[in-house]
Amino acid sequence: MEAITLLTFFVLSVFVGFEVVSKVSSTLHTPLMSGANAIHGIILVGAVIVAGQAESIPVLVVALIAALLATVNLVGGFVVTDRMLEMFGGRKPAGATASTTKEESK
Amino acid sequence: MIVLSPEWTAVLYLIAAVCFILALKGLSSPKTARRGNLLGAFGAVLAMVVVFLSTELDNIALILGVIALGTVIAVPASRLVKMTQMPQLVALFNGVGGGAAALVALLELPLVADELGAVIAVAFTVLVGAVSFSGSAITFAKLQELMPTRPIVFPGAPVVISLVALGSLASAVWLVLTADATASYVLLALGTALGVLIVLPVGGADVPIVISLLNAFTGLTVAASGLVLGNTLLLVAGTLVGASGTILTRAMASAMGRSVAGILFGAFRGGSTAGSTAQSDRPVRSSSAEDVAILLGYAQRVIVVPGYGLAVAQAQHTMAELASTLEAKGIEVVFGIHPVAGRMPGHMNVLLAEANVPYEVLSEMDEVNPQFKNADVALVVGANDVVNPAAKTTPGSPIYGMPILDVAAARQVVFLKRSMRPGFAGIENDLLFEPQTTLLFGDAKDSLTKVLTAVKNL
Repeated sequence: MEAITLLTFFVLSVFVGFEVVSKVSSTLHTPLMSGANAIHGIILVGAVIVAGQAESIPVLVVALIAALLATVNLVGGFVVTDRMLEMFGGRKPAGATASTTKEESK
Repeated sequence: MIVLSPEWTAVLYLIAAVCFILALKGLSSPKTARRGNLLGAFGAVLAMVVVFLSTELDNIALILGVIALGTVIAVPASRLVKMTQMPQLVALFNGVGGGAAALVALLELPLVADELGAVIAVAFTVLVGAVSFSGSAITFAKLQELMPTRPIVFPGAPVVISLVALGSLASAVWLVLTADATASYVLLALGTALGVLIVLPVGGADVPIVISLLNAFTGLTVAASGLVLGNTLLLVAGTLVGASGTILTRAMASAMGRSVAGILFGAFRGGSTAGSTAQSDRPVRSSSAEDVAILLGYAQRVIVVPGYGLAVAQAQHTMAELASTLEAKGIEVVFGIHPVAGRMPGHMNVLLAEANVPYEVLSEMDEVNPQFKNADVALVVGANDVVNPAAKTTPGSPIYGMPILDVAAARQVVFLKRSMRPGFAGIENDLLFEPQTTLLFGDAKDSLTKVLTAVKNL
Protein backbone atom coordinates (compact mmCIF):
# COMPACT_ATOMS: atom_id res chain seq x y z
CA MET A 1 0.00 0.00 0.00
CA GLU A 2 1.10 3.58 -0.67
CA ALA A 3 3.15 5.05 2.15
CA ILE A 4 1.07 8.23 2.06
CA THR A 5 -2.18 6.27 2.53
CA LEU A 6 -0.74 4.51 5.56
CA LEU A 7 0.45 7.84 6.96
CA THR A 8 -3.08 9.24 6.53
CA PHE A 9 -4.54 6.27 8.41
CA PHE A 10 -1.96 6.75 11.17
CA VAL A 11 -2.53 10.47 11.71
CA LEU A 12 -6.32 10.18 11.67
CA SER A 13 -6.19 7.26 14.12
CA VAL A 14 -4.05 9.28 16.52
CA PHE A 15 -6.70 11.99 16.64
CA VAL A 16 -9.53 9.50 17.03
CA GLY A 17 -7.61 7.76 19.84
CA PHE A 18 -7.08 11.04 21.68
CA GLU A 19 -10.67 12.09 21.19
CA VAL A 20 -12.54 8.96 22.32
CA VAL A 21 -10.96 8.78 25.76
CA SER A 22 -10.51 12.47 26.51
CA LYS A 23 -13.23 12.70 29.20
CA VAL A 24 -13.12 9.55 31.26
CA SER A 25 -13.66 9.40 35.02
CA SER A 26 -11.00 7.84 37.22
CA THR A 27 -13.50 5.10 38.15
CA LEU A 28 -13.17 3.68 34.66
CA HIS A 29 -9.41 4.02 34.21
CA THR A 30 -8.76 0.38 35.07
CA PRO A 31 -11.35 -1.19 32.72
CA LEU A 32 -10.44 1.24 29.93
CA MET A 33 -6.77 0.37 30.20
CA SER A 34 -7.64 -3.29 30.25
CA GLY A 35 -9.94 -2.93 27.23
CA ALA A 36 -7.30 -1.03 25.23
CA ASN A 37 -4.85 -3.74 26.28
CA ALA A 38 -7.15 -6.38 24.78
CA ILE A 39 -7.43 -4.48 21.49
CA HIS A 40 -3.70 -4.56 20.81
CA GLY A 41 -3.91 -8.35 21.05
CA ILE A 42 -5.11 -8.03 17.46
CA ILE A 43 -1.43 -8.48 16.61
CA LEU A 44 -2.67 -12.08 16.41
CA VAL A 45 -3.68 -11.23 12.83
CA GLY A 46 -0.01 -10.50 12.09
CA ALA A 47 1.18 -13.63 13.88
CA VAL A 48 -1.27 -15.79 11.90
CA ILE A 49 -0.14 -14.30 8.59
CA VAL A 50 3.53 -14.88 9.41
CA ALA A 51 2.89 -18.42 10.67
CA GLY A 52 0.78 -19.27 7.61
CA GLN A 53 3.49 -18.11 5.23
CA ALA A 54 6.46 -19.55 7.12
CA GLU A 55 8.90 -21.38 4.87
CA SER A 56 11.17 -22.97 7.45
CA ILE A 57 10.60 -24.81 10.71
CA PRO A 58 12.37 -22.24 12.95
CA VAL A 59 10.29 -19.41 11.49
CA LEU A 60 7.13 -21.44 11.97
CA VAL A 61 8.01 -22.24 15.58
CA VAL A 62 8.71 -18.61 16.47
CA ALA A 63 5.56 -17.46 14.64
CA LEU A 64 3.47 -20.00 16.53
CA ILE A 65 4.93 -18.75 19.83
CA ALA A 66 3.96 -15.23 18.76
CA ALA A 67 0.44 -16.48 17.92
CA LEU A 68 0.15 -18.13 21.33
CA LEU A 69 1.24 -14.96 23.16
CA ALA A 70 -1.08 -12.81 21.05
CA THR A 71 -4.05 -15.13 21.69
CA VAL A 72 -3.47 -14.90 25.44
CA ASN A 73 -3.39 -11.10 25.14
CA LEU A 74 -6.49 -10.88 22.95
CA VAL A 75 -8.77 -13.44 24.57
CA GLY A 76 -7.64 -12.88 28.16
CA GLY A 77 -7.85 -9.11 27.74
CA PHE A 78 -11.48 -9.10 26.65
CA VAL A 79 -12.55 -11.71 29.22
CA VAL A 80 -10.93 -9.97 32.19
CA THR A 81 -12.33 -6.60 31.13
CA ASP A 82 -15.81 -8.09 30.88
CA ARG A 83 -15.42 -9.57 34.34
CA MET A 84 -14.48 -6.19 35.78
CA LEU A 85 -17.39 -4.45 34.10
CA GLU A 86 -19.85 -7.12 35.18
CA MET A 87 -19.46 -5.69 38.68
CA PHE A 88 -20.31 -2.19 37.58
CA GLY A 89 -23.68 -3.43 36.38
CA GLY A 90 -26.94 -2.48 38.08
CA ARG A 91 -27.31 -3.07 41.83
CA LYS A 92 -28.63 -6.52 42.57
CA PRO A 93 -31.81 -6.75 44.68
CA ALA A 94 -31.30 -7.32 48.42
CA GLY A 95 -32.12 -11.04 48.26
CA ALA A 96 -29.54 -11.70 45.59
CA THR A 97 -27.00 -9.74 47.61
CA ALA A 98 -27.44 -11.93 50.64
CA SER A 99 -27.08 -15.14 48.65
CA THR A 100 -23.88 -13.96 46.93
CA THR A 101 -22.47 -13.05 50.30
CA LYS A 102 -23.13 -16.55 51.55
CA GLU A 103 -21.60 -18.19 48.52
CA GLU A 104 -18.43 -16.20 48.84
CA SER A 105 -18.01 -16.75 52.54
CA LYS A 106 -18.02 -20.51 52.11
CA MET B 1 -7.68 -19.99 1.60
CA ILE B 2 -8.77 -16.97 -0.40
CA VAL B 3 -12.52 -16.58 -0.37
CA LEU B 4 -12.76 -12.84 0.09
CA SER B 5 -11.76 -10.33 -2.57
CA PRO B 6 -9.34 -7.55 -1.50
CA GLU B 7 -12.26 -5.11 -1.55
CA TRP B 8 -14.38 -7.20 0.79
CA THR B 9 -11.35 -7.74 3.01
CA ALA B 10 -10.81 -4.00 3.25
CA VAL B 11 -14.48 -3.36 4.04
CA LEU B 12 -14.56 -6.02 6.76
CA TYR B 13 -11.31 -4.74 8.30
CA LEU B 14 -12.86 -1.28 8.29
CA ILE B 15 -15.88 -2.62 10.20
CA ALA B 16 -13.53 -4.26 12.73
CA ALA B 17 -11.64 -0.97 13.15
CA VAL B 18 -14.92 0.89 13.74
CA CYS B 19 -15.80 -1.73 16.39
CA PHE B 20 -12.52 -0.93 18.18
CA ILE B 21 -13.19 2.81 18.08
CA LEU B 22 -16.71 2.31 19.44
CA ALA B 23 -15.30 -0.06 22.07
CA LEU B 24 -12.95 2.60 23.42
CA LYS B 25 -15.74 5.18 23.24
CA GLY B 26 -18.09 2.85 25.13
CA LEU B 27 -15.48 2.08 27.79
CA SER B 28 -15.32 5.78 28.67
CA SER B 29 -18.78 5.78 30.28
CA PRO B 30 -20.11 3.43 32.99
CA LYS B 31 -23.43 2.78 31.23
CA THR B 32 -21.96 1.67 27.91
CA ALA B 33 -18.70 0.15 29.13
CA ARG B 34 -19.68 -3.50 29.05
CA ARG B 35 -21.35 -3.26 25.66
CA GLY B 36 -18.27 -1.42 24.39
CA ASN B 37 -15.98 -4.20 25.49
CA LEU B 38 -18.18 -6.84 23.84
CA LEU B 39 -18.20 -4.82 20.64
CA GLY B 40 -14.38 -4.78 20.73
CA ALA B 41 -14.36 -8.55 21.16
CA PHE B 42 -16.74 -8.88 18.21
CA GLY B 43 -14.39 -6.74 16.08
CA ALA B 44 -11.50 -9.00 17.04
CA VAL B 45 -13.40 -12.18 16.10
CA LEU B 46 -14.45 -10.62 12.79
CA ALA B 47 -10.84 -9.67 12.03
CA MET B 48 -9.66 -13.21 12.78
CA VAL B 49 -12.27 -14.73 10.45
CA VAL B 50 -11.30 -12.27 7.73
CA VAL B 51 -7.59 -13.05 7.96
CA PHE B 52 -8.25 -16.77 7.48
CA LEU B 53 -10.58 -16.14 4.51
CA SER B 54 -8.44 -13.56 2.73
CA THR B 55 -4.87 -14.86 2.97
CA GLU B 56 -3.06 -17.82 1.42
CA LEU B 57 -2.07 -19.72 4.56
CA ASP B 58 -0.33 -23.03 5.23
CA ASN B 59 -0.16 -24.81 8.59
CA ILE B 60 -3.77 -23.84 9.33
CA ALA B 61 -4.32 -26.82 11.64
CA LEU B 62 -1.25 -25.91 13.70
CA ILE B 63 -2.26 -22.24 13.89
CA LEU B 64 -5.80 -23.08 14.99
CA GLY B 65 -4.37 -25.49 17.56
CA VAL B 66 -2.15 -22.78 19.02
CA ILE B 67 -5.05 -20.30 19.14
CA ALA B 68 -7.15 -22.92 20.93
CA LEU B 69 -4.30 -23.53 23.38
CA GLY B 70 -3.94 -19.80 24.05
CA THR B 71 -7.69 -19.55 24.67
CA VAL B 72 -7.61 -22.51 27.04
CA ILE B 73 -4.84 -20.78 29.01
CA ALA B 74 -6.30 -17.27 28.96
CA VAL B 75 -9.98 -17.83 29.76
CA PRO B 76 -9.60 -19.70 33.07
CA ALA B 77 -6.78 -17.34 34.10
CA SER B 78 -9.07 -14.35 33.53
CA ARG B 79 -12.15 -15.90 35.11
CA LEU B 80 -10.45 -17.33 38.18
CA VAL B 81 -7.95 -14.64 39.13
CA LYS B 82 -8.90 -12.82 42.33
CA MET B 83 -10.04 -9.27 41.66
CA THR B 84 -7.23 -8.07 43.91
CA GLN B 85 -4.66 -9.65 41.59
CA MET B 86 -6.21 -8.30 38.43
CA PRO B 87 -3.66 -5.49 37.85
CA GLN B 88 -0.80 -7.93 37.45
CA LEU B 89 -2.85 -10.04 35.05
CA VAL B 90 -3.40 -6.99 32.86
CA ALA B 91 0.35 -6.33 33.02
CA LEU B 92 1.04 -9.88 31.95
CA PHE B 93 -1.39 -9.73 29.01
CA ASN B 94 0.18 -6.47 27.92
CA GLY B 95 3.67 -7.93 28.07
CA VAL B 96 2.87 -10.99 25.95
CA GLY B 97 1.23 -8.72 23.37
CA GLY B 98 4.41 -6.64 23.13
CA GLY B 99 6.49 -9.81 22.87
CA ALA B 100 4.27 -11.15 20.08
CA ALA B 101 4.63 -7.89 18.12
CA ALA B 102 8.44 -7.99 18.48
CA LEU B 103 8.58 -11.61 17.24
CA VAL B 104 6.31 -10.90 14.25
CA ALA B 105 8.53 -7.98 13.22
CA LEU B 106 11.67 -10.09 13.62
CA LEU B 107 10.28 -12.77 11.31
CA GLU B 108 9.06 -10.26 8.77
CA LEU B 109 12.49 -8.59 8.44
CA PRO B 110 13.93 -10.83 5.64
CA LEU B 111 10.80 -10.23 3.53
CA VAL B 112 10.93 -6.43 3.70
CA ALA B 113 14.71 -5.95 3.77
CA ASP B 114 14.75 -3.71 0.67
CA GLU B 115 12.10 -1.25 1.88
CA LEU B 116 13.62 1.41 4.11
CA GLY B 117 10.33 2.49 5.72
CA ALA B 118 9.40 -1.07 6.62
CA VAL B 119 12.85 -1.77 8.10
CA ILE B 120 12.55 1.32 10.30
CA ALA B 121 9.16 0.02 11.47
CA VAL B 122 10.75 -3.38 12.19
CA ALA B 123 13.50 -1.75 14.27
CA PHE B 124 10.90 0.25 16.23
CA THR B 125 8.70 -2.78 16.85
CA VAL B 126 11.55 -5.05 17.95
CA LEU B 127 12.96 -2.44 20.36
CA VAL B 128 9.70 -1.16 21.86
CA GLY B 129 8.05 -4.58 21.88
CA ALA B 130 11.01 -6.01 23.82
CA VAL B 131 10.90 -3.10 26.29
CA SER B 132 7.18 -3.63 26.78
CA PHE B 133 7.61 -7.38 27.27
CA SER B 134 10.37 -7.28 29.88
CA GLY B 135 9.08 -4.09 31.53
CA SER B 136 5.66 -5.70 31.98
CA ALA B 137 7.31 -8.82 33.41
CA ILE B 138 8.98 -6.66 36.08
CA THR B 139 5.73 -4.83 36.88
CA PHE B 140 4.09 -8.24 37.22
CA ALA B 141 6.82 -9.38 39.63
CA LYS B 142 6.46 -6.17 41.67
CA LEU B 143 2.66 -6.38 41.92
CA GLN B 144 2.77 -10.08 42.74
CA GLU B 145 5.43 -9.21 45.34
CA LEU B 146 7.85 -11.72 43.85
CA MET B 147 10.37 -8.94 44.25
CA PRO B 148 10.59 -5.83 46.46
CA THR B 149 8.01 -3.21 45.53
CA ARG B 150 10.16 -0.27 46.55
CA PRO B 151 12.32 1.49 43.92
CA ILE B 152 15.42 -0.57 43.14
CA VAL B 153 18.46 1.54 42.37
CA PHE B 154 21.90 -0.05 42.23
CA PRO B 155 25.16 1.92 42.21
CA GLY B 156 25.87 3.28 38.75
CA ALA B 157 22.34 2.52 37.55
CA PRO B 158 21.95 5.77 35.60
CA VAL B 159 25.20 5.04 33.72
CA VAL B 160 24.18 1.46 32.93
CA ILE B 161 20.74 2.58 31.72
CA SER B 162 22.25 5.31 29.54
CA LEU B 163 24.73 2.82 28.02
CA VAL B 164 22.04 0.23 27.30
CA ALA B 165 19.76 2.93 25.83
CA LEU B 166 22.57 4.21 23.60
CA GLY B 167 23.46 0.64 22.61
CA SER B 168 19.82 0.01 21.69
CA LEU B 169 19.70 3.12 19.54
CA ALA B 170 22.99 2.21 17.87
CA SER B 171 21.81 -1.30 17.04
CA ALA B 172 18.52 0.13 15.78
CA VAL B 173 20.52 2.34 13.39
CA TRP B 174 22.67 -0.66 12.44
CA LEU B 175 19.50 -2.64 11.68
CA VAL B 176 17.98 0.15 9.59
CA LEU B 177 21.19 0.61 7.55
CA THR B 178 21.96 -3.06 6.88
CA ALA B 179 18.65 -4.93 7.45
CA ASP B 180 20.92 -7.56 8.96
CA ALA B 181 19.30 -10.33 11.03
CA THR B 182 22.13 -10.27 13.63
CA ALA B 183 21.37 -6.61 14.30
CA SER B 184 17.75 -7.48 15.02
CA TYR B 185 18.78 -10.14 17.57
CA VAL B 186 21.13 -7.70 19.31
CA LEU B 187 18.36 -5.12 19.34
CA LEU B 188 15.92 -7.63 20.82
CA ALA B 189 18.38 -8.50 23.61
CA LEU B 190 19.24 -4.87 24.42
CA GLY B 191 15.56 -3.88 24.34
CA THR B 192 14.74 -6.63 26.81
CA ALA B 193 17.50 -5.43 29.14
CA LEU B 194 16.32 -1.83 28.76
CA GLY B 195 12.75 -2.73 29.77
CA VAL B 196 14.01 -4.31 32.99
CA LEU B 197 16.30 -1.38 33.79
CA ILE B 198 13.60 1.23 33.20
CA VAL B 199 11.03 -0.40 35.46
CA LEU B 200 13.30 -1.48 38.37
CA PRO B 201 13.63 2.05 39.83
CA VAL B 202 9.86 2.66 39.77
CA GLY B 203 8.20 2.62 43.18
CA GLY B 204 5.37 0.19 43.83
CA ALA B 205 2.67 2.85 44.00
CA ASP B 206 3.57 4.12 40.54
CA VAL B 207 3.58 0.72 38.86
CA PRO B 208 0.00 1.02 37.50
CA ILE B 209 0.96 4.14 35.58
CA VAL B 210 3.93 2.30 34.09
CA ILE B 211 1.61 -0.53 33.02
CA SER B 212 -0.57 2.02 31.26
CA LEU B 213 2.50 3.54 29.58
CA LEU B 214 3.76 0.13 28.41
CA ASN B 215 0.22 -0.57 27.18
CA ALA B 216 0.47 2.51 24.95
CA PHE B 217 3.93 1.32 23.81
CA THR B 218 2.56 -2.08 22.82
CA GLY B 219 -0.20 -0.32 20.88
CA LEU B 220 2.41 1.58 18.89
CA THR B 221 4.39 -1.59 18.15
CA VAL B 222 1.21 -3.18 16.78
CA ALA B 223 0.70 -0.10 14.61
CA ALA B 224 4.28 -0.41 13.32
CA SER B 225 3.72 -4.12 12.60
CA GLY B 226 0.73 -2.98 10.54
CA LEU B 227 3.11 -0.82 8.49
CA VAL B 228 5.50 -3.75 8.01
CA LEU B 229 2.76 -6.17 6.92
CA GLY B 230 0.83 -3.52 4.98
CA ASN B 231 -2.21 -4.36 7.14
CA THR B 232 -4.44 -1.36 7.79
CA LEU B 233 -6.38 -2.97 10.63
CA LEU B 234 -3.23 -3.49 12.71
CA LEU B 235 -2.15 0.04 11.90
CA VAL B 236 -5.44 1.61 12.97
CA ALA B 237 -6.03 -0.58 16.05
CA GLY B 238 -2.46 -0.18 17.29
CA THR B 239 -2.49 3.58 16.78
CA LEU B 240 -5.81 3.88 18.62
CA VAL B 241 -4.39 2.05 21.62
CA GLY B 242 -1.16 4.05 21.46
CA ALA B 243 -2.99 7.38 21.40
CA SER B 244 -5.69 6.57 23.94
CA GLY B 245 -3.11 4.85 26.17
CA THR B 246 -1.00 8.01 26.19
CA ILE B 247 -3.98 10.13 27.25
CA LEU B 248 -4.93 7.59 29.88
CA THR B 249 -1.39 7.45 31.26
CA ARG B 250 -1.38 11.23 31.64
CA ALA B 251 -4.82 11.20 33.27
CA MET B 252 -3.72 8.54 35.76
CA ALA B 253 -0.49 10.36 36.54
CA SER B 254 -2.31 13.62 37.19
CA ALA B 255 -4.85 11.83 39.44
CA MET B 256 -1.83 10.93 41.57
CA GLY B 257 -0.22 14.36 41.23
CA ARG B 258 2.77 12.91 39.39
CA SER B 259 4.50 13.47 36.08
CA VAL B 260 5.37 10.52 33.87
CA ALA B 261 9.04 11.56 33.69
CA GLY B 262 9.13 11.91 37.48
CA ILE B 263 7.78 8.38 37.86
CA LEU B 264 10.35 6.84 35.53
CA PHE B 265 13.41 8.73 36.67
CA GLY B 266 12.44 10.16 40.06
CA ALA B 267 14.35 7.49 41.99
CA PHE B 268 17.63 8.81 40.57
CA ARG B 269 17.09 12.29 41.94
CA GLY B 270 17.92 11.30 45.49
CA GLY B 271 14.59 9.64 46.20
CA SER B 272 16.46 6.49 47.17
CA THR B 273 16.58 7.50 50.83
CA ALA B 274 12.89 6.71 50.96
CA GLY B 275 11.66 3.21 50.47
CA SER B 276 12.73 1.18 53.45
CA THR B 277 10.96 -1.93 54.62
CA ALA B 278 12.49 -1.71 58.06
CA GLN B 279 9.97 -1.65 60.87
CA SER B 280 10.09 1.33 63.12
CA ASP B 281 10.32 0.90 66.88
CA ARG B 282 8.71 4.26 67.67
CA PRO B 283 5.88 3.85 70.17
CA VAL B 284 2.31 3.59 68.88
CA ARG B 285 -1.01 3.34 70.68
CA SER B 286 -2.59 0.01 69.95
CA SER B 287 -5.90 -1.00 71.42
CA SER B 288 -8.56 -3.69 71.51
CA ALA B 289 -11.56 -4.28 69.27
CA GLU B 290 -13.83 -3.28 72.18
CA ASP B 291 -12.17 0.14 72.47
CA VAL B 292 -12.54 0.69 68.73
CA ALA B 293 -16.20 -0.35 68.97
CA ILE B 294 -16.77 2.23 71.70
CA LEU B 295 -15.12 4.95 69.60
CA LEU B 296 -17.33 4.06 66.65
CA GLY B 297 -20.52 3.41 68.62
CA TYR B 298 -20.49 6.84 70.26
CA ALA B 299 -19.48 8.80 67.20
CA GLN B 300 -21.88 10.82 65.07
CA ARG B 301 -19.97 10.83 61.84
CA VAL B 302 -17.61 8.08 60.68
CA ILE B 303 -15.60 8.15 57.47
CA VAL B 304 -14.26 4.79 56.31
CA VAL B 305 -11.12 4.79 54.18
CA PRO B 306 -10.79 1.36 52.56
CA GLY B 307 -7.49 0.24 51.08
CA TYR B 308 -5.92 -2.74 49.44
CA GLY B 309 -5.60 -4.56 52.79
CA LEU B 310 -9.39 -4.67 53.06
CA ALA B 311 -9.61 -6.37 49.70
CA VAL B 312 -6.80 -8.81 50.37
CA ALA B 313 -8.53 -9.97 53.55
CA GLN B 314 -11.82 -10.29 51.59
CA ALA B 315 -13.36 -8.15 54.32
CA GLN B 316 -15.66 -6.09 52.07
CA HIS B 317 -18.79 -7.88 53.27
CA THR B 318 -17.92 -7.54 56.96
CA MET B 319 -17.11 -3.87 56.35
CA ALA B 320 -20.48 -3.36 54.66
CA GLU B 321 -22.24 -5.04 57.59
CA LEU B 322 -20.39 -2.91 60.14
CA ALA B 323 -21.38 0.22 58.20
CA SER B 324 -25.06 -0.74 58.14
CA THR B 325 -25.00 -1.67 61.86
CA LEU B 326 -23.59 1.77 62.68
CA GLU B 327 -26.16 3.43 60.46
CA ALA B 328 -28.91 1.56 62.27
CA LYS B 329 -27.65 3.28 65.44
CA GLY B 330 -28.11 6.66 63.74
CA ILE B 331 -24.44 7.15 62.95
CA GLU B 332 -23.58 8.68 59.61
CA VAL B 333 -21.14 6.47 57.65
CA VAL B 334 -19.41 7.53 54.46
CA PHE B 335 -16.72 5.72 52.45
CA GLY B 336 -13.89 7.96 51.23
CA ILE B 337 -12.39 6.45 48.09
CA HIS B 338 -8.98 7.61 46.96
CA PRO B 339 -8.67 7.60 43.15
CA VAL B 340 -5.83 5.07 43.35
CA ALA B 341 -7.09 3.10 46.36
CA GLY B 342 -6.23 -0.51 45.74
CA ARG B 343 -3.52 -0.83 43.16
CA MET B 344 -4.91 0.92 40.14
CA PRO B 345 -7.10 3.93 39.50
CA GLY B 346 -10.68 2.83 40.07
CA HIS B 347 -9.62 -0.53 41.50
CA MET B 348 -11.36 0.04 44.87
CA ASN B 349 -14.65 0.90 43.17
CA VAL B 350 -14.48 -2.44 41.38
CA LEU B 351 -13.73 -4.27 44.62
CA LEU B 352 -16.51 -2.61 46.63
CA ALA B 353 -18.94 -3.08 43.77
CA GLU B 354 -18.08 -6.77 43.96
CA ALA B 355 -19.09 -6.69 47.66
CA ASN B 356 -22.36 -4.89 46.84
CA VAL B 357 -21.57 -1.82 48.93
CA PRO B 358 -24.24 0.71 47.87
CA TYR B 359 -22.90 3.15 45.32
CA GLU B 360 -24.45 6.15 47.16
CA VAL B 361 -22.18 5.89 50.22
CA LEU B 362 -18.97 5.95 48.14
CA SER B 363 -17.53 9.46 48.02
CA GLU B 364 -14.64 10.55 45.85
CA MET B 365 -11.64 12.27 47.38
CA ASP B 366 -12.54 15.89 46.55
CA GLU B 367 -16.02 15.34 47.94
CA VAL B 368 -14.94 13.71 51.20
CA ASN B 369 -11.84 15.71 52.13
CA PRO B 370 -13.70 18.77 53.52
CA GLN B 371 -15.82 16.41 55.65
CA PHE B 372 -12.95 15.00 57.71
CA LYS B 373 -12.82 17.98 60.06
CA ASN B 374 -16.43 17.27 61.06
CA ALA B 375 -15.84 13.54 61.41
CA ASP B 376 -15.54 11.99 64.85
CA VAL B 377 -13.70 8.92 63.62
CA ALA B 378 -11.78 8.18 60.47
CA LEU B 379 -11.56 4.41 60.15
CA VAL B 380 -8.66 3.44 57.89
CA VAL B 381 -8.91 -0.21 56.88
CA GLY B 382 -5.86 -1.64 55.18
CA ALA B 383 -4.83 1.64 53.58
CA ASN B 384 -1.59 3.46 54.22
CA ASP B 385 0.03 5.42 51.39
CA VAL B 386 -3.19 7.21 50.38
CA VAL B 387 -3.50 8.75 53.87
CA ASN B 388 0.20 9.39 54.45
CA PRO B 389 0.80 13.08 55.27
CA ALA B 390 4.35 12.69 53.90
CA ALA B 391 2.73 13.30 50.51
CA LYS B 392 2.19 16.89 51.68
CA THR B 393 5.02 17.48 54.10
CA THR B 394 8.13 15.58 52.95
CA PRO B 395 9.47 16.80 49.60
CA GLY B 396 11.96 13.91 49.24
CA SER B 397 9.33 11.23 49.68
CA PRO B 398 8.43 9.03 46.70
CA ILE B 399 4.77 9.88 47.16
CA TYR B 400 5.36 13.64 47.60
CA GLY B 401 2.74 15.58 45.66
CA MET B 402 0.22 12.75 45.52
CA PRO B 403 -3.21 14.00 46.63
CA ILE B 404 -4.17 12.24 49.86
CA LEU B 405 -7.25 11.81 52.02
CA ASP B 406 -7.04 14.24 54.95
CA VAL B 407 -7.78 11.72 57.68
CA ALA B 408 -5.47 13.62 60.05
CA ALA B 409 -8.20 16.29 60.31
CA ALA B 410 -10.63 13.87 61.96
CA ARG B 411 -10.96 13.93 65.77
CA GLN B 412 -9.90 10.30 66.10
CA VAL B 413 -8.09 8.15 63.59
CA VAL B 414 -8.32 4.37 63.82
CA PHE B 415 -6.03 2.23 61.70
CA LEU B 416 -6.78 -1.44 61.17
CA LYS B 417 -3.44 -2.86 60.07
CA ARG B 418 -1.78 -6.22 59.81
CA SER B 419 1.56 -4.99 61.14
CA MET B 420 3.79 -1.95 61.29
CA ARG B 421 5.19 -2.89 57.90
CA PRO B 422 5.21 0.19 55.63
CA GLY B 423 2.73 0.45 52.77
CA PHE B 424 3.19 -0.41 49.13
CA ALA B 425 5.34 2.66 48.48
CA GLY B 426 7.73 1.40 51.17
CA ILE B 427 7.67 4.48 53.39
CA GLU B 428 6.71 5.04 56.97
CA ASN B 429 3.50 6.86 57.89
CA ASP B 430 3.97 9.51 60.60
CA LEU B 431 0.25 9.63 61.20
CA LEU B 432 0.53 6.27 62.97
CA PHE B 433 2.49 7.93 65.80
CA GLU B 434 0.18 10.93 66.31
CA PRO B 435 -1.70 11.22 69.63
CA GLN B 436 -5.17 11.04 68.04
CA THR B 437 -4.33 7.76 66.34
CA THR B 438 -5.33 4.32 67.60
CA LEU B 439 -4.15 1.09 66.00
CA LEU B 440 -5.82 -2.27 65.94
CA PHE B 441 -3.47 -4.94 64.65
CA GLY B 442 -4.62 -8.03 62.82
CA ASP B 443 -6.10 -9.31 59.59
CA ALA B 444 -8.72 -6.81 58.41
CA LYS B 445 -11.48 -9.41 58.32
CA ASP B 446 -10.79 -10.75 61.84
CA SER B 447 -10.50 -7.25 63.27
CA LEU B 448 -13.68 -6.06 61.60
CA THR B 449 -15.58 -9.15 62.75
CA LYS B 450 -14.49 -8.51 66.36
CA VAL B 451 -15.36 -4.82 66.11
CA LEU B 452 -18.73 -5.68 64.60
CA THR B 453 -19.56 -8.08 67.45
CA ALA B 454 -18.47 -5.51 70.02
CA VAL B 455 -20.55 -2.76 68.37
CA LYS B 456 -23.61 -5.01 68.42
CA ASN B 457 -23.09 -5.63 72.16
CA LEU B 458 -22.77 -1.96 73.06
